[in-house]
Amino acid sequence: MSMSSPPPAQAEHNIRSSIDIESFSLSFPIFHGGARSLKKMLLKRGRSFLAPADKNRTGGEVTLSKAENGIVEVQALNDISLHIETGERVGLIGHNGAGKSTLLRVMAGIYMPDAPNVHIQGQVATLLDVNAGMSEELTGRENIALVGLHKGLTPHQIEQLEKDVEAFAQLEEFLDLPVRLYSSGMRVRLGFGLATAITPQILLMDEWFMAGDAHFQERAAERLHAVVGGTDILVITSHALSILETWCNRLIWMEGGRVHMDGPTDEVLAAYRAATGTDE
Amino acid sequence: MTLNTPAAEPTFTSGVLLASTPRSNGAGPNPPATARKLKSRFGMAVQDIADSFKLWRLATRLGWLDVRLQFSGSTLGPFWLTLTTAIMVAAMGMIYSQLFHLALKDYLPYLSISMILWQNGLSSLVQESCSTFTRAADSIRSVTMPYTVQALRTTIRCSLVLGYTVIVPLVVFILFGLWPGSVVLLALPAVALWLFNSMAWCLLLGTVCARFRDVPPIVGSILQILFYVTPIIWEPKQLKDGAWWLYLNPFYSLFEIVRRPFLGQVPTGTAWAIALGFSATLGVIAFVSFARSRSRLAFWV
Repeated sequence: MSMSSPPPAQAEHNIRSSIDIESFSLSFPIFHGGARSLKKMLLKRGRSFLAPADKNRTGGEVTLSKAENGIVEVQALNDISLHIETGERVGLIGHNGAGKSTLLRVMAGIYMPDAPNVHIQGQVATLLDVNAGMSEELTGRENIALVGLHKGLTPHQIEQLEKDVEAFAQLEEFLDLPVRLYSSGMRVRLGFGLATAITPQILLMDEWFMAGDAHFQERAAERLHAVVGGTDILVITSHALSILETWCNRLIWMEGGRVHMDGPTDEVLAAYRAATGTDE
Repeated sequence: MTLNTPAAEPTFTSGVLLASTPRSNGAGPNPPATARKLKSRFGMAVQDIADSFKLWRLATRLGWLDVRLQFSGSTLGPFWLTLTTAIMVAAMGMIYSQLFHLALKDYLPYLSISMILWQNGLSSLVQESCSTFTRAADSIRSVTMPYTVQALRTTIRCSLVLGYTVIVPLVVFILFGLWPGSVVLLALPAVALWLFNSMAWCLLLGTVCARFRDVPPIVGSILQILFYVTPIIWEPKQLKDGAWWLYLNPFYSLFEIVRRPFLGQVPTGTAWAIALGFSATLGVIAFVSFARSRSRLAFWV
């Protein structure tokens, strides 16, 4: 982690990457009780719905809408507007449940891919969770091949991808064993190696990638540097302020699903440190 | 997706694979800004389906791995299916040929092809389609991939399983020295229609079952009833007056267009017309249902 300034962006693509979000709100439907049952839903039709119950706060805002049918809505993002240009390295801060990971999933097109007020320009890669869609029962090698196929690589390119990830992850014979036998550190190594093997235009990362031992951290930072150097836009979430300081030139501080503060890294960090009293 | 474009050759830089051209992910290739604004639910759904067909190699691999994992740890592997089906067909053939007073050599070929096409064909296509998206919940929540890939995967998995069990009627036909003749080629367009149906079921029941978790058992019960009211173990001609009302059950027509060619007979035009009409209707309903629920699917699974 010897980087002092964020690496420059590579500007060789003719289409500039950008992320455009205009007054975007998102609430999760959370189903419990009878809400999962078609029969119960049909039976309840015709009965009057109760008025929305009292609001109470956890991380996001929990709204008990139509309590009768058992659907609870969690307001995860509230009126978010932001614009990210090519060359920006953005960090998302805020405490648990502030909506950071949800926002990343929106940028990745996983949540609300049809939203008219979200425009993502550029090819996106995500490091959202360690398992990243990996199949537990399949071997590491088979999972690598699946990712290669997902990216539309040829068999030859998949072979290269396999070698590249094999060299980085250093799983030795574990690469040919099912992923469910891996330790969490091994999963991180495989997941990280895989996700960083192909440089995307937009890279979205959740904080898990900083798990692993010191030796891994070092090699991860080195590899991440190479990848980030090639991407147009980087968006990461982390609780480790030093990581954000190293990698980002812009910070977005989120609070209760809203953008609390948005600006250059040092300014936002200073305010954040002052507000939360952390000195990490 | 740049599957066949050599220009998309990624380059290796310091051990890191760099994509040299913009490559689309699940969200599709970069359309011009104006087109972005016009993105509608239906347009997005069409794009989703088109993108997933470009990922057919991924879907095939996933479907194949599903079959393999299902039988991992057994020596026979997927041939277990062949074996259990063979035993079932033999047992049913013995009993029902006596019940119906039919010669085994007339009845067993009919029963074997019918049972396979129902149990591992039509019925399992519909039942399996229920778990299209719920099975893939992990990857739907963490990777951007066209949703229709999961429908393709389910269709391919079911086709492979059907392929393993088709060995049973083949052996029966060979044992009894039967050959349906060139009319069997008529089954090909019918099988293609089944594949279309399977995709439609996956998109329809896949989304419905992701939202309502009590639907799969309901589907199971309906299929169970259909098994008895559709001429599968019995022949339509065992009924009086040719039984025109059998056509009220669209599954009968769907079933006949594939089965009859294997028995050396030409399916009726009525059966084909009903099968086509039913498939078209199903296709439209499935597309609308998929397009409407696509954006909520990640929350449901």
